Amino acid sequence: MNEFIRLVLLQDPNTRVVLAGAGLLGVCAGVLGVFVVLRRRALVGDAIAHAALPGIGASFLIFGERNVVALLAGAFVFGLLGVLCIAAIQMWTRVKEDAALGIVLSSFFGLGLVLSRIAQSTPGGNKAGLDGYIFGKAASMVQSDVLVIALVAVTTLVVVAFFFKELRLVCFDRSFAASIGRPVGMIDFVLLALVCVCVIAGLPAVGVVLTAALLIIPAAGARFWTDRLGYLVFIAGLFGAGAACIGVAMSAALPIPAGSRGWPTGAMIVLAAAAIFMVSMLLAPQRGVLAAVARRVAFKRKMSLEHVLRAAYEVTEDRKPGGFSWSINEIVRHIDGQAGLQRIINRAVRAGLVKKYIHGTRAGQYTLTDDGAIEATRLVRAHRLWEHFLIRHADIAPDHVHRGADELEHILPTEMIRAIELELGSTLPPAPPSPHQVVQGVRLEGNP
Amino acid sequence: MSISVEVHDMTVAYHRRPVLWNVDVTLPSGVLIGVIGPNGAGKSTFLKAVLGLVPIASGWAKVLGQPLSKVRTRIGYIPQRESVDWEFPVSVKDVVLMGRYGRLGWVRRPGPEDNKAAMLALSTVGMETYSQRQIGQLSGGQQQRVFLARAIAQDADVYFMDEPFAGVDAATEAQIVEVLRGMRARGKTVLAVHHDLQTVAEYFDYVVLLNMRLVAAGPTSDVFTKENLHKTYGGRLTLLVDAAEAVRTATAKQIL
Amino acid sequence: MTQDAAMLSMLRGNCTIGFAISEYDLWVMLAGVLAAAACSIVGCFLVLRRMSLLGDAISHAILPGLAAAFLISHTREIVPMLIGAASAGVLAALLSGAMARYARVEESASLGVSFTTLFALGVVLIAFIPAGIDLDPSCVLYGSIEHVPLDTVVLFGVEIPRYIRTIAIVLIVNVVIVALLWKELKVVSFDAAFAASIGFGTAFVHTILVSAVAWTSVVCFEAVGSILVVAMLVAPGATAHLLTDRYPRMFVYSIILATSSAVIGYQLASALDTTAAGMMSVVAGVQFAIAALVAPKHGVFVKWMSRFLLSIRIRREDILASLYRELESQGAGTISLSASNPNDYVAACSTGNRYSRGLLTRISRRALRREGLIEEQLAGQLRLTAAGAEVARQVIRSHRMWESFLKEEVGLGPDHLHDPSHVMEHYITPQMRARLQSAYADRPDPHGKPVPPA
Repeated sequence: MNEFIRLVLLQDPNTRVVLAGAGLLGVCAGVLGVFVVLRRRALVGDAIAHAALPGIGASFLIFGERNVVALLAGAFVFGLLGVLCIAAIQMWTRVKEDAALGIVLSSFFGLGLVLSRIAQSTPGGNKAGLDGYIFGKAASMVQSDVLVIALVAVTTLVVVAFFFKELRLVCFDRSFAASIGRPVGMIDFVLLALVCVCVIAGLPAVGVVLTAALLIIPAAGARFWTDRLGYLVFIAGLFGAGAACIGVAMSAALPIPAGSRGWPTGAMIVLAAAAIFMVSMLLAPQRGVLAAVARRVAFKRKMSLEHVLRAAYEVTEDRKPGGFSWSINEIVRHIDGQAGLQRIINRAVRAGLVKKYIHGTRAGQYTLTDDGAIEATRLVRAHRLWEHFLIRHADIAPDHVHRGADELEHILPTEMIRAIELELGSTLPPAPPSPHQVVQGVRLEGNP
Repeated sequence: MSISVEVHDMTVAYHRRPVLWNVDVTLPSGVLIGVIGPNGAGKSTFLKAVLGLVPIASGWAKVLGQPLSKVRTRIGYIPQRESVDWEFPVSVKDVVLMGRYGRLGWVRRPGPEDNKAAMLALSTVGMETYSQRQIGQLSGGQQQRVFLARAIAQDADVYFMDEPFAGVDAATEAQIVEVLRGMRARGKTVLAVHHDLQTVAEYFDYVVLLNMRLVAAGPTSDVFTKENLHKTYGGRLTLLVDAAEAVRTATAKQIL
Repeated sequence: MTQDAAMLSMLRGNCTIGFAISEYDLWVMLAGVLAAAACSIVGCFLVLRRMSLLGDAISHAILPGLAAAFLISHTREIVPMLIGAASAGVLAALLSGAMARYARVEESASLGVSFTTLFALGVVLIAFIPAGIDLDPSCVLYGSIEHVPLDTVVLFGVEIPRYIRTIAIVLIVNVVIVALLWKELKVVSFDAAFAASIGFGTAFVHTILVSAVAWTSVVCFEAVGSILVVAMLVAPGATAHLLTDRYPRMFVYSIILATSSAVIGYQLASALDTTAAGMMSVVAGVQFAIAALVAPKHGVFVKWMSRFLLSIRIRREDILASLYRELESQGAGTISLSASNPNDYVAACSTGNRYSRGLLTRISRRALRREGLIEEQLAGQLRLTAAGAEVARQVIRSHRMWESFLKEEVGLGPDHLHDPSHVMEHYITPQMRARLQSAYADRPDPHGKPVPPA
């Protein structure tokens, strides 16, 4: 608990360093991830991270001790080499992208393991250092690491800000970008080089295996909140930083159970990112899953209400004034199989579209209110106009048009109804007569 | 004349977007039938829906008077060329043998009889000398002939061909038409999606004019008229497209 | 760990010296060979169906299942491990599928999100397994193939490593499935639409394949670790696809490649005293690289070579044709290559050639000289021999008849005839020449020059 308070208050200078490093890394990966995911290259970051391992192993083998510059340089060279290999395999052989990625990723990684095992078994080899690069060890970050990350993050942000227009163009429409003379290959290469640098800067904190997650997950999560690229970049950066900080804080603050090796920081960062992603996926207002489900429920409710209104109109259509009331049974006979009809009618009553007679001879019966009548007329009109359109211009038989119109009446926008009116000529009365017999209680069903 | 394909009030949606509305058609057997219409009219979708490869939203389709699952072995299909992986390691003969798989059913391997049928089919289209080539090494016309051989090896009664003349030179086209006529002479029915209006009357006995809905279907001489073509290719249906789009956006927002 | 290593090197005996291989080494190698073979069989389909990344994803995603099964059952028995891993694999497949479908996340991104998340979960769970038990982070990476012979069972009166029994079962199951569904897997992978039309459900075959990948990954995970499983799954199949165009051969080749990579990898690893699993995947990658470069039909060198030979042929024909034209205009078979006479053939070289003009020209000239088609008299003086004139005449004949054809049939203007014909002349076969000559042989070309006789 004391630990936790110290952490929250950032009393420990080491925690400050680690949090700053991880946060900057998260921003950088989140921002770049947006472009990578939009270019549909989500797994390239994964390949780079894996391919970088032999560079680390080789520099351990050559320099023995932990030499940050040599390590990062080696990792960068091999990461880039891996990407170039993938591109070369796709360009010059019949092997497709997926297999090229798999082969490069796994055999480079294998080479990295081979080299680092050799490095570890040589006398004086630093054993502990290497495993840290595979699973990440943010807690052991030192100031120089953070400086490297800060440099990378600033460079990334400057380059992205400077080439924002070009990046957007290339991500959105490559061939158009090429046609207006943008150096598409060059922009792609700059993007990949940036990803490479960012992944490698992240290796000490998150490790080879999970760096790709930092690129993919915040960007994919941010996608739920906005359709604008600018906001997307901002939100993804925010998510990345948030995930990194939460992950680091949790792995430092959570009590370590007996017998366990402690919380692996890289994995905790990824899980934090995944949690943010999940929340976004569920709760985002436009693209979120819950919002979509709610919209669907609302649409279903609207549809069933509208069916009742139209039925009420149709059962009383031929009656004289004074006979416009109807009972539930009439509606049931008219629209076969509508479940929960009473509830729907109650809803219509509450919405002021339908009035229920409580007293007198018609007690228990219903009638449309003025608002309800207007709404019902509109629906019947849309339904029948569409039917007429299908019959007259789409050569569809009168006994087939009903069901299609049944769905469309709820969807057709007003302008389209207007267009249909023009198409049919405006000779039709407010609600034109039905083109087919309104058969009570019978629905036209498909299968014989 | 018996019935090959019967479609009743069939509506088909592709990726939530309706592409065929309320199609009603009955086609005779023993004829060559052209399925004609502009791009995006739903011609391929029509074939796929009848074959059960895309779900039918409403209505039904029967082949040879029975539901599809009962007559699968009596149906032949040539998909569009794009559906195939041309670098797949199969030889021409392998591809033609695939025509026998349907009647072999699961697990059973093709035997000498199937081999014989495959070679016979290959020689019908004049490709027997290429039997050991990898399929991707052939020209477009030759590939199409191999697919025709596969269809012949199926020994079906009703054939569905999705643009059999796409990417094919004039000589091959003539040859393919010859093979189709041979099929007709043996009492087979062929439904082929076709693009070239110039040759419709020459190739097909019967046409189905489609543009998001059935415009007309019948013997070529009766139905392939200027008026019907105008209806098929003319405008007036932007509303149908708009409506399909309205359905798509409305449903996409609710994740259906 | 050091005790482990000491014990291992003791058990291993003197394998680094010469060819004396201990029984211990044989068991380890056999485990590698069986795992590689089991992976490569299902891997061929992953490569052909372009689903390699699914193999990657599944092999990562099973980790939390393994860890959870271990935490619950406290054993590494295969049954709880399989159950745990299978449920994690299914979860990953469902998760990424549901995200792509219901939340409209782009497909590779949804794969990336789900498998990295599950892997991270696995890493966290593993941290709870007490140190010293062999499901630890390094086992996730390297596998523990070196430990295989330590845990034995008795089968038919013979004591064999437990893992050998497990992996042999997986291999047999995979072989049986592929053998039974041989033609179904073929037709579904080649032409899914056609397969569906004859009633072979793509979904069913797909499910079988994904399940096979899952159980193979689970078992091989133990031998080679999570990432190197991908090498075993993908590399042999992709390499085999570069080597052959025949369906059965692809499987045979990939099994040979996979098993040899296991054997070579293990030997190399012993010699260098490093991880066997890592070395195996390096060998698999090297095999792929070699095949990509020198495969007989699809190798990069072969393609470059044939392109190079083609440019040599074109250059030779250009040289001969220009000499022929010279001969025609001057009435003499000698032209100078000195700077004062800008040589026609260099100027007329096909454009866009990527090789240096000097080198190609030198090679072509030497070849022409050796074959007696030209003679080089003084420095820079070329002369067409009678044999050379014969070849040149055919080229010129093709060129001029093609010009006539372009003018008559295609309707190109007179100033647009030369360049296309200059390219086309090298590709006109004798059959095409025969078809052209009926119409265009007996009259001058559009520029008024005679078409030489055949």
